[in-house]
This record gives sequence, C-alpha cells and structure tokens, in this order.
Amino acid sequence: MDLNDTPEQAAYREQIRSWLDEHKAQAPVLQGEGALTDPDEILTARRAWQGQLAEGGLAGATWPKEYGGQGVSPVDGVIISQEMRKARVPGILDVIGVGMLGPTIIAHGSDEQKSRYLGPMLHGDEVWCQLFSEPAAGSDLAAVQTRAKLNDDGSWTLNGQKVWTTNAQFAAYGLLLARTNVDIPKHKGMTMFIVPMDGEGVTVRGLRQISGEAEFNEVFFDDVTIPGDSVVGGVDNGWGVGLTTLMFERLTIGLGSEGFGYNGDRFARAIAGDPAAVKDSDVRHQLGEIAAELEAIRWTGYRSISDLQGGQIPGPEFGLAKVTTVNNAVKAGDLIADVLGPEALAEDNEWAYMISFLPGLKSAGGTEEILRNTIGERVLGLPPEPRLDKGIPFSELRAKEKEGAAA
Amino acid sequence: MNLNLSDEQEFLREAARGALSRVKTVEAAREALEDESVLPDLWPMAIEAGWPGLLISEERGGAGLGAYDAMLVAQEAGRVLAPAPLLGPLPASLLLDRGAAKETEAVASGELKAAWLPARPPSTYEPNWTVDPVAGKARAAAPVATVDGDTVTFDGVVAWAPDAGQADVLVVIGQDGSGAAVAGVVEAGADGVSVDHTWRYDVSRRLGTVTLKGATGTKLAVSDEDIAEAWYLTQALIAAESLGTVEAALEVSVAYAKERFTFGRAIGSYQAMKHGLVEILRRQENTRSLLIYAGFAFSDVPAEIAYASSAARSVAGGALDFAARQQIAVHGGIGATWEHDAPLTFRRAQLSRRLVGGTGDATDRVADELFAGRGPSAQAA
Repeated sequence: MDLNDTPEQAAYREQIRSWLDEHKAQAPVLQGEGALTDPDEILTARRAWQGQLAEGGLAGATWPKEYGGQGVSPVDGVIISQEMRKARVPGILDVIGVGMLGPTIIAHGSDEQKSRYLGPMLHGDEVWCQLFSEPAAGSDLAAVQTRAKLNDDGSWTLNGQKVWTTNAQFAAYGLLLARTNVDIPKHKGMTMFIVPMDGEGVTVRGLRQISGEAEFNEVFFDDVTIPGDSVVGGVDNGWGVGLTTLMFERLTIGLGSEGFGYNGDRFARAIAGDPAAVKDSDVRHQLGEIAAELEAIRWTGYRSISDLQGGQIPGPEFGLAKVTTVNNAVKAGDLIADVLGPEALAEDNEWAYMISFLPGLKSAGGTEEILRNTIGERVLGLPPEPRLDKGIPFSELRAKEKEGAAA
Repeated sequence: MNLNLSDEQEFLREAARGALSRVKTVEAAREALEDESVLPDLWPMAIEAGWPGLLISEERGGAGLGAYDAMLVAQEAGRVLAPAPLLGPLPASLLLDRGAAKETEAVASGELKAAWLPARPPSTYEPNWTVDPVAGKARAAAPVATVDGDTVTFDGVVAWAPDAGQADVLVVIGQDGSGAAVAGVVEAGADGVSVDHTWRYDVSRRLGTVTLKGATGTKLAVSDEDIAEAWYLTQALIAAESLGTVEAALEVSVAYAKERFTFGRAIGSYQAMKHGLVEILRRQENTRSLLIYAGFAFSDVPAEIAYASSAARSVAGGALDFAARQQIAVHGGIGATWEHDAPLTFRRAQLSRRLVGGTGDATDRVADELFAGRGPSAQAA
C-alpha cells in the first residue's frame, strides 16, 4: 500500500505547484473576502482564468498534444485537480466541454471539427453545453424525440426540446443528440450534432430549482437549420458517440466526488458549537454513520486512482460512490437543520442551499434506481428486466406507449 | 498511488484461504450448535500458518507484519465462519511485543496461547477505561489494577472476551487509582483467575467471561496509546472478518438470484431483488475502502487509528447486518432454515454487532473523534 507519488508523478506535481504559485494571484476570487459578485464579471474572469490554465497546460491536460493537451495520464489529471484544490483556485469554467464533449469530438469528430472547435473550447473562448436529456428522455436517454430532418441541400432542420442543460445561457456550441430515423429501433436511429447556440430558432430558458437559483436550462429548437458537416461520428450512429461522452462523464464525476465538499469533518463543525447536540447520542450516532460512509468514499476515490495508475478503467461499481455521497449529504442536511432549527433554512444559509440542491442531484447523471440496475447487471451479472422496447421501430414504440397510458 | 496488495500480501491471503479450505468450518458452525465438541480447534492451523506471531517483531520470533496483513487473514476467516484464534491473540501479541514481555517468543511460536481482555479507551463522555459488561447498556469498569513494582494484581470481571477460554496467558487491562490504564500478563491458571468458557448464538466464536480476584501477574511496559491501539486493532479485525462474511453472502445470494425463477424469469431480474443485492455490494465496497484506510492509519498515521478503525467497524457492522438479512430474503423461506447456510451468517451478524463494544460504540467513536477535532487531516499526497 503506497499513497505516495512515483518519482515521475512527484516531479509533475512539483511542476504544477510551481506554476500555480506563480499564477494563483491572477485567479478570480469567487468565495470569501473580495469575491466577485456580478455574474458577467465572474463569467469573464473565469473564461480568462481557463485560458491561462490552458496556456500553462493545466486545462485539458489529458487531451493529446496535437489538440492542445499535454497527453498526460488520468492520474496526472487527478494531480492537477488536487493541486488546484490545495491552492484554493477555481477550476476551469467549462468542465463539461473539456472533460466530456471535447474527448468525444477527439474520438469521433472529423479533422475539420477537431481543428475548428477544440482550441477555443480548451481556452474557454467558446463554452460548450451537452444537449442530451429531454423531458421524456433522462435515464432512458435513447428515448430522445428531438428530430433532425435532412434537407435537400444536405443541411439539417432541428425541432424539439432539451433540459437540464448546464451553461446553455452562455454556451457558444452544444453537442446535441437527435433522432434522425424513426423507422428503426430507438438506439439505432439517433445522430450527434454540433449546434451553434446563437442560431435562429434556439431559445434558452433558465430552469429554477428548489433553491430558487437557475443552474440548469431548458433549450428549445424551433426549425433550427444547421449545415451538413455538423454531424459527429456518422448519421444514425449517435448512440455510440453518446456512450463515449457518458464514459467520460463517469470518469469526470467519479474522480471529482470529493469536490462537492461533503465530508464528516465539515458536517461535524456545523453542529459542534451546540453543546446539547454534541452530547446527544442520537445526533452522535447519525453523524458517525454519515461521516464513516463519506470517509469510505474518499478512499474509494483513491482506489479508483490506484486502478487508473495500474492501467485499469475504474469499474461501474464506482458509480455507487455517487449514491453514497448524495444519500449521506441528504442525511447530513436533515441532521444539521434538526439541530440548528429553522434558521438553517434561511435563504442565504449554506445548509439551506445544500438541502435544496440534493434532491435534484439524486437524479443527475441517471437516477439512483437506474444506476443500481446497471451495476446489478454489469458488475453482479444479474439478468436485466424484460424490456418492451427491444427491436421495435421508434415510431411504433411511441404509439404503443400512448396506447399503454390510455389503457 | 498503489493500493493493490503486494505479492507478499497476496501470498498471505492465498495461504490463509488454502489452509482454511482444508477444514469444513461452515458445516462445523452448524453442527457444533448441537454438539460443541465437533467445533474444530484451529490453533494448530494458526501456528502452522504463523498467525500468532504475525504482528510480533522479527527479533522476538515473529513475522513483523502489520495490521493490514492481519486484516487480510481475518477476512479469509470471516469468509468461511472459521473459529480462527485472531481477535483475542493478535491484539495480545501486539501488546506483548510492545512491552517486550518474556513470553513473547513463546507466543510467536505458538508454544503459549495468548488472548487479551479488551478494554475500551476513554472518550469525551466516558473518562474511564471500560470493559464489556455481563449485561446491560452501561459499560463495566475495567478491572482495578494494583501495582507493586513489576507485578500487578487485578480485581474485576471482563465479559464476552474472544478466545479467552483457550488461552494459556491473558493480557489483562485494568485501571489504577490515578485513572491510568495498566496492562499485565496473567497466567490463565493463576490463583484468583476463573474463566467461564462459553458461546452465544454463533458457536464459531469462542468467548470467555473472566473473573479476576486478586489475580497477580507481571506488569507490561506499554503506554495508554499502545493499549488503545490493541482496542482499535480488534475493531479493525472484526471489520475485516465481517467483510469476508459479507463477500461470501453476496456471492451465494447472487448465484441463487440467477438460477431461481418465478413467474417465468430469474428473480435477480426483478428490480427490488437487484437493488437489495447492489446495496450489499455498496456496503461491501465501502467497508473494503475503509479497511485500506485503517491499514494505512496503523502503518503511517497513528493519530487517525481511532477514527479509521472505528469507521471501518461501523460500516462493516452495517454491511454484515444488511447482508445477513438480505441473504435470507433472497433465498425465501429456505434461507431461514438449517437446510441453508444463511442462518449461520445471520448468527454471526447478530453476535458480532454486540461484541467488543458493539458496532454502535464504534459509530459513536467516529463522532467523538470528529467533535474532538481528531478527524482525518492527512490527505494522500
């Protein structure tokens, strides 16, 4: 058991650390004293900071060199995140683009797409958003209904609605999963497109959550026309392309679970000032259980780094870290508010914010139920539930669903 | 960062698995419920495998291995519900070695069987060293220790101590008038020592309730920290045993869920069944992660031993409770009968959660360490 860096990793860490020492004064301040408050200023400052990080080789470091990355291993990528957290500087603005969509374009995009889009994405000049989920296609992503129709001149016309779209309000481009063929089974008739967010017919609307804040958006497409070379990875091959994005999503979330800041130490400090709570055996028991499970997740994270270092992609079971994290944070929110009383629910209280944020996070990136299904099938090898949509053309499937709902 | 087992650790684990596979321990755990004498004596196996000296330093005849290595052996014992002498002997050996006791080499070689009588270190709201009581919610006072030069005399009762009934020498922890912990080595056959060898519900765990009336032995030169470490080692070993038991329960349950059909399909395809099995997996993997943390704390961060091993015991205890009940549920009615091994897992879970402080005390200790500002500070590089 060795938690230390290899000599190469130690040297790389030193290199990252000295870059950060030299540049961290230029990082935008987002919390605490002197923090920026104006949303536009924050956005501008974070774009500029991402550009600097890209110049220094700290953004998209795992991308191949030919696309502006450093070609380093995922473990070196983790080293960068750790050092940035220690230096208390904000991360990159476009985590979704650089962490998930860029790698998808690198894997499936044309040479023209790679040379046009990857550079500005990496530097934060053009922020991207992920246009996958829809009101009726979340965990069952292959149910997307947004239609892309091929025109005679080779262009495509889009109609439909996307939802849960982070950063859409200031994104330059989106990677969009749309249905291009309704006469074949649902997983086969989809295509991935690059869509300019300022195109005519694109409407972005903030989606307010429990807290009142709008971190996500709904995006509407009304007769939006995009050129033929917007297709990524081939017509009707959108599912395969999307799976690449989802794999990178798992890696991004899995290696970043500590980043939420949910840990026993922080939760204990929230109630440690209340002498009655500190003595209360029920409070202690709840805190102990929450803290122990969250501590397990920290070490599960180290296990996944160790696997990566050994050349293995962490298995789907690491997805359970999200379940553990979210469910324990939910319990912690309840415990803290039970101790502190209604004041914990004040609009500007950090715990009120956490309490409001978590119910949605439970479904983000796939609901807990779907995640447990997937892990039960892929890790434990349990048989899937019988499906009613296999092999049925998408058009007939919709008709069957309507019939079923009416019955 | 490399958290994989070393070649030596793989070998240690495989050797333990191999040795344990030569004895029908699960069958014995069932049959001995009716006739305790059929329970195999695993001391000869333990001696052959070198477990008694695992934690004893090489210059005193041991293997000089660490807590994590001991946990690997415990995990294998837990997989097959083996009555392996680990919870009593290993923490005893740690203290004997630390105190450079004259018995250490004989214990390392297996000539002398040692067990410790677990004593819980003080916490914020329990300032005394305490032991498991015969009954009731209140902790019992640790035996009263009266020191006279190199000898120490103990008076008190320690209930439900693992492996105490088989030991030749007992490592007793008492408290002197000043509140300090005192460890002493007392021969099991010495005047004033009576050991009630017993078991409850899970016959594969041998227990002893020890009564000390003016029992005199040799004072052991160890610190309070050493004694506390023995307590947390016991917690970590119980957690490791639990992980092994959970692994076995999950494997058996998953296999059954694939082959048992109802309404024309395998029961493992039903979401309710699948989610229950994945919940075992989730708790199992959380336990595995915390055992790595506990192992790391024992070898590298002594200040976090209490927190890490208590967290491991807490999560492992929950995992074992859950897995034991889920295993019965997956198997339906048959899972609640002697036709199946599931009741043996259940018996193990029921007893384990109530031994050596109990799972709940470990959970409370996690909170105590956090409130006292002794949570995790060391981050991996």
